[in-house]
Amino acid sequence: MSLFAVARLIAAKDLRIEWRSRVVLHQVVPFSGLVMVLFAFALDNDATLTRVAPGLVWLASMFSMLVVVQRSFAVEAADGALDALRVAGVRPDGIFLGKSLALAAQLAVLEVILLLAAVVLYKADVGAGSVPLLLATFVAATLGLAFVGTLYGGLASGASGRETLLPLLMLPVVAPVLIGATRATEAALGTNGASSNEGWPWVGLMVLFGVLFGAGGTLAFGSLVDE
Amino acid sequence: MSLVAHTLTAAVVELRRVVAVQGGFPVLAGADLAVSRGEIVLLRGPNGAGKTSLLRMCAGLLPVERGEARVLGHDLTVDRVSVRRQVGLLGHANGLYADLSVADNVAFWGATVGASAAEIDASLRRMGLADRLRDVRVGALSAGQRRRTALACLVARRAELWLLDEPHAGLDAAGRDDLDATLREAAAAGATVLVASHELERAGALATRVVEVVGGLVRDPAVGDGGPA
Repeated sequence: MSLFAVARLIAAKDLRIEWRSRVVLHQVVPFSGLVMVLFAFALDNDATLTRVAPGLVWLASMFSMLVVVQRSFAVEAADGALDALRVAGVRPDGIFLGKSLALAAQLAVLEVILLLAAVVLYKADVGAGSVPLLLATFVAATLGLAFVGTLYGGLASGASGRETLLPLLMLPVVAPVLIGATRATEAALGTNGASSNEGWPWVGLMVLFGVLFGAGGTLAFGSLVDE
Repeated sequence: MSLVAHTLTAAVVELRRVVAVQGGFPVLAGADLAVSRGEIVLLRGPNGAGKTSLLRMCAGLLPVERGEARVLGHDLTVDRVSVRRQVGLLGHANGLYADLSVADNVAFWGATVGASAAEIDASLRRMGLADRLRDVRVGALSAGQRRRTALACLVARRAELWLLDEPHAGLDAAGRDDLDATLREAAAAGATVLVASHELERAGALATRVVEVVGGLVRDPAVGDGGPA
């Protein structure tokens, strides 16, 4: 099977599992919403919340991503399916790409919900002019996060204590995405006096990040899950 | 539906003085085994003897430290990945997705080898899963029904070498009969079957030959001093 056929098969399987189990919808979305509400309680100041809204959206996205990544690999580990995929000779680069795409799709839904929550709770202002930069930021950041999440999820999946190991390994690595996505979203929303021109270099950084981790993960995933 | 995807050379498994190490422990400490196409070989031995390790090594999951190992013509000391597409391993775990239905699981594993919808249906029918269990979530099945589903996935994959670790475990009488009939048919069609089992009466009746595994040593009378038979 070709790389893209395997990726499509794996992504469809992962999304079907989510569709049937509704774990993201019933558990992760409420968790993300709760995080946003708790931020509002903790800061308790409209002006401050509006100013830091982009950062809070991406921080909540990353916390939520940890849960989704752990879930993505828990379904593979629960009954030895990842081992079975290896024995079946399913190409690991296709597994990486497929799981990344499924993760990206779930993250995209989460991020849209979190942005809407920021508009409602933090009074973030999303004007029509901010949409192109906002869209580019969300696509670049989501793919970057999905590639890193899948790579480190696979790395931690065979380790003991993987639930605590994953955030420890992954959060420092995604720091550039957190910074880039926050700055680009600030530029798109005009927060802190930023203009939209200031956002595009950050999008470029996130694209570079995504390309590096996408290519690295495609090459390395087989060795990671095989050892 | 044929249970095997391709025809093979006569020698399917050829092991000579194979040593395999896992976690610093020699799980295979000198394995000699020669298995020809169409054979059903029962691996017999106490717990911890190395039966599961032998199956995993043949599937390319366990690296060979020393010795000679060829499976389906692939030299496992050089490349233990290429062989995987041609083997089907059913270990202690079933490799199923609990949130998907029985049919979804079989369709997924069949799709990894390009099986058609008709072949998926045939696999479900063969293991008695085509009717009321077809759309049931795997997580809601009994242990025996999950084992049946895993076997249906294996059938859908049309492997040339079937590696089965306690395949009768958890199956009811009808499931055991279905399994035995499936394995006999697969072997008749040219597949080769290695079965590790403690159920000697059941698996012994199925096997064409029995090989002892003790303390990581595999002694196959079919392997002479000069090499695999």
